[in-house]
Amino acid sequence: MPHSEGPPLWILAVALFGAALRGSIPYMFVSLGECLTEKSGRINLGMEGVLLMSAMTSFAVSQATGSPWLGVLAAVTVGAVLGLIHAGLSELRGVNDIAAGIAMVVFGSGLAFFFGKQFVAPMAPQLPVIELGSWSANPAIRAALRINPLFFLGVVTAFVLHYLLLHTRWGMHVRAVGDAPEAAQSMGISARQHRVVATTIGAALAGIGGAHLTLCFPGIWSEGISGGQGLMAVALVIFAQWAPLRCLAASLFFGAAQALGPSLQSIGFSGYYHLLNASPYVLTLVLMILSSSTRGRLTGMPRALEANQ
Amino acid sequence: MSRSSFLPSRKTLESFAIPVGAFLLSMILFGAFCTLWGAPFLSVFSSIYRAGFGSWYAWQNSLLRAAPLMLCALCTALPARAGIITVGNEGAFVVGGLACAVAGLWTQAAPAWVSLFAMAVAGAIAGGVWIASAAALQHYRHVNAVISSLLLNYIAIACMLQLVEGPLRDPESLNSPATRAIIPAHQLGHLFHSRVHWGIVFSVVASLLSWLFLDHTVWGMKLKIVRGNRRAATLIGLPTGALILTASFLGGAAAGLAGMVEVAAVQGRAGHAIAAGYGYVGILVAFLARQSPLRIIVVSLILGAVVASGGGLQRDLDLPDASIAVFEGIVFLLILASEALYGRFTWFEEKELSDATL
Repeated sequence: MPHSEGPPLWILAVALFGAALRGSIPYMFVSLGECLTEKSGRINLGMEGVLLMSAMTSFAVSQATGSPWLGVLAAVTVGAVLGLIHAGLSELRGVNDIAAGIAMVVFGSGLAFFFGKQFVAPMAPQLPVIELGSWSANPAIRAALRINPLFFLGVVTAFVLHYLLLHTRWGMHVRAVGDAPEAAQSMGISARQHRVVATTIGAALAGIGGAHLTLCFPGIWSEGISGGQGLMAVALVIFAQWAPLRCLAASLFFGAAQALGPSLQSIGFSGYYHLLNASPYVLTLVLMILSSSTRGRLTGMPRALEANQ
Repeated sequence: MSRSSFLPSRKTLESFAIPVGAFLLSMILFGAFCTLWGAPFLSVFSSIYRAGFGSWYAWQNSLLRAAPLMLCALCTALPARAGIITVGNEGAFVVGGLACAVAGLWTQAAPAWVSLFAMAVAGAIAGGVWIASAAALQHYRHVNAVISSLLLNYIAIACMLQLVEGPLRDPESLNSPATRAIIPAHQLGHLFHSRVHWGIVFSVVASLLSWLFLDHTVWGMKLKIVRGNRRAATLIGLPTGALILTASFLGGAAAGLAGMVEVAAVQGRAGHAIAAGYGYVGILVAFLARQSPLRIIVVSLILGAVVASGGGLQRDLDLPDASIAVFEGIVFLLILASEALYGRFTWFEEKELSDATL
């Protein structure tokens, strides 16, 4: 009888909701960063390296200075530097941005593991949490609704990015460069400059996601901490069809799917743990196939990405 | 080809000098990096050399690591010759390994050679179908193959984990769930009493065959036309779709075969351990080798030695074992960047008109 023991189902649902919110934060920043990058016509597969390197750096800085917010700042800086390297490399003649991205994964994770060796055991000062569940007397609910400030930062970032891309001159230029580099160039918009700036800012945003991993949840540094979330950014952006607000929704969905496996396991249903974990990827692929056609591209997809092929 | 001189052409020299120069520069950078960390500059390289090529034991280590890299690199290089970029190597490797384990367990009662043949064929077909489906999606439905194959990697690993923790699980594998083991008599043997298994032979032969077919047959020429201009290829009557699918299938089959070798010669069973990232490094090998099978052999051997020397750096110089990943990263970045240097040095330009290439 599943209902006779353990917490009632609705508390599990709240816990799942909380876990989805927490799990969605790295996805949020990584996908928003990737979205901006791809809007300019570049793919950054190196987000995995950014995530690991910024996670390690923010942990180290938070531990050394005692200030987790300085850790976040360091993570943003490291992300920007790695993004700049990727952008610069991809601008070189004859360099494929896919290959550059994978090289950046190896480089970033190598550096992170090299410097991170010394930080594996201890805890660093963590970011504060906001207690959304303080109205409730139930400790399970209070635990579930401890939301990190970075969650709200992510939501705000999504709206800001949405506004920037759709309603400002700079955003228009970035989209123009991503859709029709030659046309943009002929109008005097530097494709190279916009791609480099967008890629750098994009990776800096992903750096915040990395900081979340070590300063909030799970809150420690380990070599497996990113769990491929950086590589998945690319899938998320497709799932969101290159729109920042939809990236927000997609991140919540990916976060929920990721939280569903362990939640089901906790109520004794562990049959399809790995398949559940893979469900966002399957859905993304199905979405890509369904919205594809014999000619043409996905809605919202920057044209320059297709020309890459 | 028409040149009468026995000297290598200046273009050949260029394509040799540029990556070697980039490699030397990355060695200097990595040496400086380690010096900052307190390890003497030159001893870093003597340590890498000793752990990579210093003894027969070291050579065996390097060869063992080079074999899967070669096969995985072909998985990117062959489709790339038809104009399809895939990064699905890891997925093809994993489904190849899984198919091999299933085939091996099914044919336990059969003679060893039948079982091995079944494992190799199952691995190759599984990997081939995996990559060919990404290529088909790109060719017929315009679904970006880079992204679909990346997704397929995750799906492959999830399916493998689900199966080895569920229906295919060996009840005795407690800590790291895996399939039952392939019986020792059916495992892929070693060469001449060494630790090196037949995988290295498969890899070199597959690379040589790829080189032969890509660079010296009409089929390879047709692929070149398809890559150059798909529409023109269709207009002159080439079966574009079939060419792309065949090249992608063969590429995937190479990675699937690498998975088979990992299961049948190294692990003895399929489990978590087979998704170790050989596929991703294979992508880089292919790009560093500029999608040329002969260069893939050389690059894989060098990288195999570099990867194998990680432990050496740790033992000899007390550097973290991740230092070798830093070295790999620097090498990858610089060799990729050096791509921009082709045609920049006037000395390498041919004096006479070179024959037109397609």
